[in-house]
Amino acid sequence: MTQASPTAPAWRGIAAEEAEEISGKLGTLLRRRSRRLLNDLLRPNRKLAVTVFLLIVVAQFAALVGPWLVGVGIDRIPQLETTHNAGPMALIIVAFAVAVIAQAWATRAYIAGIGRLGGRVVIELRRRLFAHFQVLPVAFHERYTSGRVISRQVSDIDSISDLFDEGLAALVSSLLSLVLVGGGMLLLDWQLALVVMAGFIPLTWLSAWFRRESAVAYRRTRETIAQVIVQFVETFGGIRAVQAFRREDRNEEIFDALNQANADANLRSQRLLAIFFPGVTLVGNLAIGAVLLYGGDRVIDHQMKIGVLVTFLLYLQRFFDPLIDLSQFYSSFQSAGAALEKISGVLDEAPSVPEPEHPRALPAVPGEGGGREVRFDQVRFGYRKTTVLPDLRLTIPAGQTLALVGATGAGKTTIARLLARLYDPLEGSVRLDDTDLRELSEKTLRHEVVLITQENFLFSGSIADNIELGKPGASREEVVAAATAIGAHGFISALPGGYDEDVGKAGGRLSAGQRQLISFARAFLAAPAVLVLDEATSLLDIPSERLVQEALTRILTGRTAVIIAHRLSTVAIADRVLVLERGQIIEDGTPAELLASEGEYSALHASWQESLA
Amino acid sequence: MQTPPPQTPAAALWRMREYMRPYYLTLALMITAAIVAVTAETMIPLITKSVIDGAIAHGSRRELLPLGLAATALGALQAGLNFYRRWSLAGAVNGMEKTIRGDLYHHLQQLDPGFHDSWQSGQLLSRATNDLSTIRRFAGFGTVFFITSTWTFLLIVALLIDMNWWLGLLTGCLFAPVGVLCLRFEKKYRVLSRQYQDQTGDLATYVEEAAAGIRVLKSLGRRDEAAARHLGLSRLVYRSQVGKARLRGTFWAGLDLAPNAAIGLLLLLGALAVSWHQLTLGGLVAFVTLTLLLIWPIEAMGFIIATGQEAATAAQRIYEIFDTAPAITDPDVPEDPQPSITAARARKAAGKKTQASTGSIAGRPATAPPASPAAATARTGHLRFDAVTFSYPQAPEPVLRGITLDLAPGETVALVGATGSGKSTLLQLVPRLADAASGLITLDGADIRDLPLPELRARVGCAFEDPTLFSASVRENVSFGVRDATEADVLAALQAAQAEFVADLPWGLDTRIGEQGMALSGGQRQRVALARAILARPEVLLLDDPLSALDVHTEAKVTAALADVMADSTALVVAHRPSTVLLADRVALLADGVIAAIGTHHELLATQARYRALMSADDLGGSDDDGRNAPGLAGART
Repeated sequence: MTQASPTAPAWRGIAAEEAEEISGKLGTLLRRRSRRLLNDLLRPNRKLAVTVFLLIVVAQFAALVGPWLVGVGIDRIPQLETTHNAGPMALIIVAFAVAVIAQAWATRAYIAGIGRLGGRVVIELRRRLFAHFQVLPVAFHERYTSGRVISRQVSDIDSISDLFDEGLAALVSSLLSLVLVGGGMLLLDWQLALVVMAGFIPLTWLSAWFRRESAVAYRRTRETIAQVIVQFVETFGGIRAVQAFRREDRNEEIFDALNQANADANLRSQRLLAIFFPGVTLVGNLAIGAVLLYGGDRVIDHQMKIGVLVTFLLYLQRFFDPLIDLSQFYSSFQSAGAALEKISGVLDEAPSVPEPEHPRALPAVPGEGGGREVRFDQVRFGYRKTTVLPDLRLTIPAGQTLALVGATGAGKTTIARLLARLYDPLEGSVRLDDTDLRELSEKTLRHEVVLITQENFLFSGSIADNIELGKPGASREEVVAAATAIGAHGFISALPGGYDEDVGKAGGRLSAGQRQLISFARAFLAAPAVLVLDEATSLLDIPSERLVQEALTRILTGRTAVIIAHRLSTVAIADRVLVLERGQIIEDGTPAELLASEGEYSALHASWQESLA
Repeated sequence: MQTPPPQTPAAALWRMREYMRPYYLTLALMITAAIVAVTAETMIPLITKSVIDGAIAHGSRRELLPLGLAATALGALQAGLNFYRRWSLAGAVNGMEKTIRGDLYHHLQQLDPGFHDSWQSGQLLSRATNDLSTIRRFAGFGTVFFITSTWTFLLIVALLIDMNWWLGLLTGCLFAPVGVLCLRFEKKYRVLSRQYQDQTGDLATYVEEAAAGIRVLKSLGRRDEAAARHLGLSRLVYRSQVGKARLRGTFWAGLDLAPNAAIGLLLLLGALAVSWHQLTLGGLVAFVTLTLLLIWPIEAMGFIIATGQEAATAAQRIYEIFDTAPAITDPDVPEDPQPSITAARARKAAGKKTQASTGSIAGRPATAPPASPAAATARTGHLRFDAVTFSYPQAPEPVLRGITLDLAPGETVALVGATGSGKSTLLQLVPRLADAASGLITLDGADIRDLPLPELRARVGCAFEDPTLFSASVRENVSFGVRDATEADVLAALQAAQAEFVADLPWGLDTRIGEQGMALSGGQRQRVALARAILARPEVLLLDDPLSALDVHTEAKVTAALADVMADSTALVVAHRPSTVLLADRVALLADGVIAAIGTHHELLATQARYRALMSADDLGGSDDDGRNAPGLAGART
């Protein structure tokens, strides 16, 4: 048994650590996979990226020129006093104005440009991720929880987006500014420049310390606030249980501790800033002192002009600021790097149920009812090491309703999933009107085969929107017709908003049965040739089941259907029943035949008969 | 729940000062430190002036040294004071944020479930997180910088005027547009940011839906449609993002442009002033550097005004919650229409003191069920409903119109009714998760509103259809309300609920379950919740279809075990299936807001058509095996 980590309070219990935690080293930014993705995303925007870079250079260069011109101007003033010739001064002022305007223009353009660049990269990344998650098979989604699917697309993308919004421009311009201003100082007076630059010695050390500490502190604040949020949300989401069980005291104890931990973490991270920022200020101020002392000395010795001294003082107003930016955005770099790494991992995931390169078209539906023949041709399938279906041979004629009966683990759900091509067989093939499912395009396949489970998920939007999902672009008449055919029209029109009632608002008012009816109406509108129902009625109460049962007889007419249910009432509407045991068909026949045969099915039926007495 | 009286944002923000009170001294010291720091910073350009006009003009090293050292010392002083300000500010604002959040949590726990139903959970959360951060930022940054920025601005302008009055006045005026620019930017940017947040919120919602509904999308082959919708939402986000960047660009450019333009003008006019001997050369340099120091206070002012408005709205939103008085209170605590924070905190303190005694404070229960003298002798748990009515806010029709029902001590009654008939609502009235609109509910003869809440809730235990599990260990989830439960108690309760699967979890009782932990199936969750109700050993047990997610086989086992547990308690059980109904001595049919019929399962099947519609699956082409344990159970009960 694993021990709880010493920091976690006992009440939280133990959980397996998320395997996706990536060490927060900047090195992750340079991993090959992420780098390839980044290149891939930037390539179509190369022109924009280069333009943005050039604009930053212009802006920083202009920013460099301004203070230098002030210095030059100041040196001209004594001359102005003696000669009264305003010409050179006017020239300087004009040059200064040009520099100022160029700086403002380039700044405006590069910030907007970097926003556009970031926007383009992010939207492309969003698009790819979303599409990829849709393509990845159900097997992947079962392993990779929906929570992680969401956090890849929400928080990870957010950290990349934040980097473009704030960090990237600051990083590039800060680096450039350091180099340009440093170079400018060296050109103006290298001795004084070296004195000023000695400030980098303590600052490099200070910012390295700050980066290290703040990375830890930042993570800690994220962790602690996340726990505060979980406690908060769960308490008030479950307020009935909390109050009914008089949990308030204990909750308050827990919350106080979490809240305190969060306050401590915040305090720590703000105190790091309380050391770092004034530290940078101190070095900057000491540099000003040094410029006055050493620079003043050189001016007195006529080794330097006053204007240069002034230029230095003006440069120093901002010279060390880039170090603050670089350190502050360090954490956003780190998290963006880690996010990119996780995202590129997902995008590298190959779909295990690939689409054919040259899909085949299906012939027009042969029969009248709209059903197609389904054949399992020597299908072998298993998950990891366990074989579920050793060798399934089964033909379901077009239009037949087949019920699958058997204990948990007998392979019923696996058959449903293979038929809906959520998985591919390890050996053999599943065929629809003699065409292998693997040869059909996704679009054709989903048009022909629809699987309904007990997860009757409704999307936000109106009830009509949800039914329309079965056939995008369907008219209101078609939607109403589908709902009527299923027997859902009654309760839908009784809602205040009718078909336009918002599902979110109605969510609480809709019973499980009613939600299931909506998903049936959806399937009815889709009009597939083959319908697969996996335990679609198990959670319903009796009145709802009755509704669904009536609906089913209507929806199944003419279609090929496979029904899995543990309630015999649902099985009774089938044309044919298969009893499965460990992946083998042990009984096969009409319900009446099986009843007569004294086998497993008739035993099940008998136990139900007994209970009626 | 009482609706709080409206309050202006500014008044709400002013009220927030009660949370700053413990830090008044710290705040005063900080403001002093900040004023001294900016004053020191302002002195450095004046020293520069002396260096240029004095030491350098006279070529005197003797004058240079003390000036240089003074500048260095002032610089060090400024940095040191900044350090002090930030350091002590961090302590104060974090303490304040923590206290408000703790109070908010405490207050929210006392508000009735009806209040929580009427609020989206995200709304409450954003008050406890975003709004509080906004207030923290304003409290820390706003108050200190409001004073220091004003001081800095006035000081610098005064110094400039002192050096050259017309140039100083001109510079002061030149900076007015910067202030306007900052304020306008902050406001516009906030609007855009909120729009951006809303749009990313919509996008995130869709991403969540597409993730949760991935099987539906896949099975209907709606990949392209989903991608198109996602792309549409992403485009909106993209547009706002670019719009934000453009605005930011304009702002930063303006922020560079304005002071630079002022410096250009200063250079021109200053050169003239120097040549007219109205200003020294060092004076001009000091002018330029001081001008640069003006940017920050003005920028800060724009920010403060904007955050101030935001903080005021946030304060208003927070007091909206604090001012909502709990609708369900103890008999001895008079309803206080406007409880102040201090009162809440006093109550909190009182609650901590009296924790061990029979808690007389709402939501601050005693840990053990109080043993009243009567309870020891007589068999208790006589639950009566007398003409009880209830309606949901905004619902046109009452859901319960006059429920009269009498449960003898130890009796089990099943409650059957169609979806939406009010079964769950009726159950919630007993532990006073909601109060009846009229009518009377009594427990052993006493009006439940006259019982202290902790006592009532200790005597009544419940399990809901939708089991609420928390992200904590199994042990914590089961011993939920009973703090002194032993390991043996927990194990016994789990066994009674047929939740032995817990032993197979990776860390047994210590395994974390709930959202943040091990995923359990619906049936497993229900059994853990059931164990929680069983462990509380209540006199009255309320079960709201607690077995709906169990498979038939497990349900039979749980039902058998439950029969034993319920033998000692009065029980009211909401049932959807015949198998659950058979647990009960009597069945009550709830229809049209009243108890339409009461009798045994078979009596009602025989006489009530509505009951048959709910409970008989005969017409479904044969029934399922729901009722197969009937004979055995009925035997156990009699």
